[in-house]
Amino acid sequence: MASLVGFLGDFDLAEEAAQEAFAIAAERWPERGVPDNPAGWLIATARNRAIDRIRRQRTLEAKTRLLDVPEVTVDEIDDAVIGDERLELIFTCCHPALAMEAQVALTLRALGGLTTEEIARAFILSEETMKRRLSRAKAKIKATGIPFAVPADHLLPDRVDAVLAVIYLIYNEGYSGRIDLAAEAIRLGQLLAELMPDEPEVHGLLALMLIHHARHRARFARSELVLLEEQDRSLWDMKALAKGREALDRAIALYGGGPYVLQAAIASLQAEDEIDWDEVAQLYCRLEALTGSPVVELNRAVAIAQAGELAAALDIVERLDLDDYQYLHSTRAGLLQRLGRGEEARASYERALKLATSEPERRFLQRRIAEL
Amino acid sequence: MKYALLIYSKPGSHEALPEDEYKEVFGEYAALVDDSRCIASGQLQPVETATTVRVQDGRTLTTDGPFADTKEVFGGYYVFEADNLDEAIELAGRIPAARLGGAVEVRPVVEH
Repeated sequence: MASLVGFLGDFDLAEEAAQEAFAIAAERWPERGVPDNPAGWLIATARNRAIDRIRRQRTLEAKTRLLDVPEVTVDEIDDAVIGDERLELIFTCCHPALAMEAQVALTLRALGGLTTEEIARAFILSEETMKRRLSRAKAKIKATGIPFAVPADHLLPDRVDAVLAVIYLIYNEGYSGRIDLAAEAIRLGQLLAELMPDEPEVHGLLALMLIHHARHRARFARSELVLLEEQDRSLWDMKALAKGREALDRAIALYGGGPYVLQAAIASLQAEDEIDWDEVAQLYCRLEALTGSPVVELNRAVAIAQAGELAAALDIVERLDLDDYQYLHSTRAGLLQRLGRGEEARASYERALKLATSEPERRFLQRRIAEL
Repeated sequence: MKYALLIYSKPGSHEALPEDEYKEVFGEYAALVDDSRCIASGQLQPVETATTVRVQDGRTLTTDGPFADTKEVFGGYYVFEADNLDEAIELAGRIPAARLGGAVEVRPVVEH
């Protein structure tokens, strides 16, 4: 798809041409056998069909340059072209001029290779709604002249951040229905790491996703929430954990110290047999300095508490402005409970319960209240 | 492609600047007009001079004030010829109003 979009400068045309090429392949290959370079054949066929279509439509715009292009043969297309243009496609799909939900949908469609129906299911929307979302996004790309290009160097840092944000958003959708978006996000992260091997934050995000993913099967025991310290480590995916740590090493070798690298480093430390909570707290401190996020401060408080300083942790928590955040109250409750202040702990747990959004979380909090 | 850059200013933001900064900012607006890609531009007089016109059932209705009663006020525009949206966005980012609490809307112009 990527090289077609680049060649044609038009998403829809590229899609239609690709579909025609696939249809022809589906007809011919069973009889005649698969050609030597199937990807190359598909692209050449798709380009030729598109050129035919354009000639027939006699469009006058910039596409007229294509009318002068001779019919493309398979030999002229090699894997380098296919690889190179995927980065342009990623930056186009994740352009900040598009609404976030459109960026997510386009990225999954164009790079994740999911069908419109699968994307709709993953976000619990109708296929019609998703079709419209994708059309509107493609229309905007065309109408506003969003370029099919890797951004200029001085724009790259912000634009890479935008791409990482989209991938991370997809990852956090997790396992929706029958579509494993977390796995899709990791695949996209790996692709980006291949295409931009010198960007530390790219490796940082990949590391973060892999390390979290390694632990996901241990997070629920018979649909009950299990805290980190109680998790059954035999359920961890050690291969994913190892790959995550490799990615983290690459990021650090590139002098990475951005938010994703820091979060990955924290996740890696938390997967150790003996967790160095002091180091975790220090990393949260650096992360807070970068992001100014009170949620990060909350996590730092938790780390300090785990290192044994309950009173200092409670101090930090009391000063945070996160009244509508359930984990503030559940953290505060946990600290008060450990400090022997049962009644205050109960009040905080109940506040957290009111804000809880999932059944496993509610049951967990109710158990805590019962234990008091 | 032609892009319209519609400038929305935070009221008082330019007037609040010290003399030398004001002159510098004024220079930035002028430099954009002088850019070879600039096809058109206009600075509107303050919002107090605005009048809004509607026509209903053949009658012209005139009211005092701007169309949109928003905090930010539409104060001027540029039309640039640019290769793509990124180029237009870069130009929009140079408009002082954008960093002085206002915003610039970028929209392609319909070309016939």
